[in-house]
Amino acid sequence: MKTHEADIFRKRSLTERWIAAVLFTCAAVSIVVTAGIIAVLLFETMDFFGRVSLSDFFLDTQWTPLFADKHFGIWPLMAGTMLTTLFAMLTALPLGLSIAIFLSEYAPERIRRFLKPIIEILAGIPTVVYGYFALTFMTPLLQKFIPDLAGFNSLGPGIVMGIMITPIVASLSEDAIYSVPASLREGALALGSTRLRALRHVILPTAFSGIAASFILGLSRAVGETMIVAIAAGQQPVLTLDPRVPIETMTAYIVQVSLGDTPHGTLEYSTIFAVGSMLFVITLTFNLIALYLKKKIQRGVL
Amino acid sequence: MKQQESHRSDFFFTPLDGKIEKAFRAIMALAVILPFLILIVLLVDTFVDGYPRLGWNFLTSFPSRFASSAGILSPLVGSIILMGLTALFAVPLGIGAAVYLEEYAPKNAITTFIELNIANLAGVPSIIYGLLGLGLFVRFMQMGRSLLAGAATLSLMALPMIIMAAREAIRTVPNDLREAAYALGADRWVTIRKVVLPLSLPGILTGIILSLARAIGETAPIITIGALTYVAFLPDSVTSSFTALPVQIFNWISRPQTDFHVNAAAGIIVLLVIMLAMNSIAIFLRFKLQRKIQ
Repeated sequence: MKTHEADIFRKRSLTERWIAAVLFTCAAVSIVVTAGIIAVLLFETMDFFGRVSLSDFFLDTQWTPLFADKHFGIWPLMAGTMLTTLFAMLTALPLGLSIAIFLSEYAPERIRRFLKPIIEILAGIPTVVYGYFALTFMTPLLQKFIPDLAGFNSLGPGIVMGIMITPIVASLSEDAIYSVPASLREGALALGSTRLRALRHVILPTAFSGIAASFILGLSRAVGETMIVAIAAGQQPVLTLDPRVPIETMTAYIVQVSLGDTPHGTLEYSTIFAVGSMLFVITLTFNLIALYLKKKIQRGVL
Repeated sequence: MKQQESHRSDFFFTPLDGKIEKAFRAIMALAVILPFLILIVLLVDTFVDGYPRLGWNFLTSFPSRFASSAGILSPLVGSIILMGLTALFAVPLGIGAAVYLEEYAPKNAITTFIELNIANLAGVPSIIYGLLGLGLFVRFMQMGRSLLAGAATLSLMALPMIIMAAREAIRTVPNDLREAAYALGADRWVTIRKVVLPLSLPGILTGIILSLARAIGETAPIITIGALTYVAFLPDSVTSSFTALPVQIFNWISRPQTDFHVNAAAGIIVLLVIMLAMNSIAIFLRFKLQRKIQ
């Protein structure tokens, strides 16, 4: 009897250990994925820099890898990405922050609970749909006000990208503002401050790092966004800050090369991994800063 | 202190205060209404553009050089198979990882590192997953530009979202129930299988459906791994080349002829209807879960 019981326990703990090991493997896949991304990007980028010097990549002002006269300066693509990102953030920050303030400070609980999921629908619409919207609606609309706006430009897709990012900024900022202790708000009001002043001097400063985190996450999303700019911003890597002319972003370039039939192993093929590495480093930096800020809030340091 | 001094005047009421406050509230409310307006304009605009092309023929024809006779049969089938395969890969992995992190993981450096990894992977742009798929699945594992490579890429992309949703669902199961199971002699695995997973299932399913809906709308990673833009046949196995609905839509948008833009709009309507259906199922499941726990 006694040995039988011990047997059951031994068997049980053995299965338990097996199951724990299998489940751990599932969780560890995330580490493998990160390692895989870094390995693939590094491997192909090393190949690229074996043939193109670092100074050509970072100091040249032309990007023409697909032409006979090849230049590999990343700046035109960077400028394109910065430009669309700028317009996206100029749209998403005021819009997202206003929504967050309205939902957490002014809207009754019932309306808040009703509105939040509907605003989040905007973040779930496929980006190819936004691209169509930018090309066939936003740009023609803007052309009525800016007559010399080209059919492909950075302004229209930038604004549409901002609309897509708005729910991210709104949702995280709202969490930050909502979590400001009621005592602070009530304290300010008790001292005779109006709601607006309480907001400006007490609530927004307290929620600042949460709002900053939402902004940086939005920034990261804008830099990595692909289809909207691939459809509506053009395919011309020019170093410009003019919002009216066609440009090309880093992500749009990767799409452009992927659509052609560039053979594996050629220099053109390895350019997309070099550009991808830049993209990964930029978004990783933003993501880690945002994560750090969010952690800080959870610990209650700010 | 200095800042406070400079804003001292702000702390006294002025006759304007009430008006400013009202104006401010109106602006905020406007900002809330704006997304709805945009959403409605987007939907109406697309629907008006694409409605003329919608019909049974559009769903059952292959893409074609002629806009009026082109359909979405092969992209639609491609997307459905992609979604099935993605679920097959990502769901067991995602649930396994979530169960480990919620029920097994000790509080140590490795766990923290895994959690950091998942949080970070959720923010990696989808096109980077495309490059990973191209380097790892298409080239290194020699899957070619196949459905299998596409689904593997999409599963890695959907994984962080599934894990996060599943963890949240598992966290809603009250601890009393776990302890009651232990008290009855159940070990950890039996408790998870008989108590934790059944109770959190609707929540987990909701998360899975939402992640898959997101994955089916993804274009960039599929293009990067090399899905074809013109496919006039149905895939006969998981190793055949393929196209997907968003890729076909992109292909039609990027043509200069506006005739094809009509096709793109019609394709978008189909895509949105699929996503809407999936979201409705998710909302229904969430509703059921809330009732069950109450």
